[in-house]
Amino acid sequence: MYDTGKILAGLVAFIVVATFPLWFTNLFGSPSARPVLELPKGEKKCVEDTEYMRHWHMNMLDQWRNEVVREGKRMYVSSDGRKFEMSLNKNCLKCHESRAKFCDRCHNYMAVDPYCWDCHVTPTGE
Amino acid sequence: MKFIGSLVAVLLLVLLAYLGVGVAGLRELFGVVLPYVSVVVLLLGIVWRVLCWAKSPVPFKIPTTCGQEKSLPWIKQNKLDNPSNGLQVVGRMILEILFFRSLFRNTRMDFRGGEEKVVYGPSKWLWIGAIAFHYSFLVVFFRHLRFFSEPVPWLVKLTQDVDGFFQLGVPAFYITTFVFIGAVGYLLLRRLFIPQLRYISLVNDYFPLLLLLGIGTTGFFLRHLFKTDVVAIKELALGLVSFGPKAPVEASWLFYCHLFLVCVLFMYLPFSKIMHLAGVFLSPSRNMPNNNRAVRHVNPWNYPVKVHTYEEYEDEFREKMYAAGLPVEKTPEQAAAEKSAGDNGDDASSGTDNKE
Repeated sequence: MYDTGKILAGLVAFIVVATFPLWFTNLFGSPSARPVLELPKGEKKCVEDTEYMRHWHMNMLDQWRNEVVREGKRMYVSSDGRKFEMSLNKNCLKCHESRAKFCDRCHNYMAVDPYCWDCHVTPTGE
Repeated sequence: MKFIGSLVAVLLLVLLAYLGVGVAGLRELFGVVLPYVSVVVLLLGIVWRVLCWAKSPVPFKIPTTCGQEKSLPWIKQNKLDNPSNGLQVVGRMILEILFFRSLFRNTRMDFRGGEEKVVYGPSKWLWIGAIAFHYSFLVVFFRHLRFFSEPVPWLVKLTQDVDGFFQLGVPAFYITTFVFIGAVGYLLLRRLFIPQLRYISLVNDYFPLLLLLGIGTTGFFLRHLFKTDVVAIKELALGLVSFGPKAPVEASWLFYCHLFLVCVLFMYLPFSKIMHLAGVFLSPSRNMPNNNRAVRHVNPWNYPVKVHTYEEYEDEFREKMYAAGLPVEKTPEQAAAEKSAGDNGDDASSGTDNKE
């Protein structure tokens, strides 16, 4: 083998960088961490079903904002016919009282930083 | 046609993922076994290829010289395009690896004003496409670390924020998503629509491009159109890196398809042209200084050649040459005297001393 020193140094550097996910979380993080949500105590059913809310809640909130602020529509009729006021504060946060115990759990886990709280008051659940 | 064949191959891979997960429910195979296998193949494959290259001798010093070489003191050397020492080579390699200088230097011949006048001018389209593709791919790849690390490093978060700078759409559209798909699309279309390029394009040119396009498209779909449970996916990713994975049922077949295409890319990479990611470092025409006239490059192939010097020849035939009246370096008397002197312990004097 030629230039053994340089080749091995390069390969070692490559392996260390390429296996970053393998050693980083295991050494410096918590690989078994799972977001645990504090679910509302009284209400069992959200505006739409759980899977839909999981995938599309951000789009729903975006759509609500646009309809309320730009078109003045305030009523949302869910797919099973129930009516809700399109309001984060008066509707969503009525059940999901705490940002830290609900919203942030998944958002932090997925490194998502939504800009809801740039305008809305952060609910603390107290 | 080679393009159609590659397209069919990628579509078959998508179909395979659909049949495997969507129909047969082989989540453990597509979510756990294949990712492990593909990463092992990727890492070992790259190391193996690099070691093979490191074992290959470079018989000649063959740097490509793209500028004035080091010469007389008043002639200005082009140090980065014709490096003459190690430091300049490092500079040249940095330009090549980070900025694709050899593509940037591309020129194109054209006819201007009918067929009378030949014009040479710069052509940067390949360079622009290549740099857009490589850097957007790097950012996309790096952003995916948010699935594989807990806590997520600040640099990954910063990259996401900068990439989603325009805050368009929910979740935010990333700039690199479009740059990546656009650049790969451009690199593919140029192979299809420029006749000379289509003529030299092979399956192993089309297939990786289509595979990358498939990965980019499925990734875009997963984020914006056919969403799936990202928390479950991160649990799978963290399970994979901590060796206790469980393939989630919450994730859609499209996610497994995305993952499967990436696994195929990983397994394909060490055996394909994509190995240029390591090869660019080991390219002798770029990583050698052009100092041919200052430093002798010994061919590693050189083996000890059996030679028969004139002195040995004369030793063999001296008497006959002398008898025939041919000129000799040493007369038989001189040779005999030297030999006896040598036998007396004076080994230092050799046969060549009397040459003058």
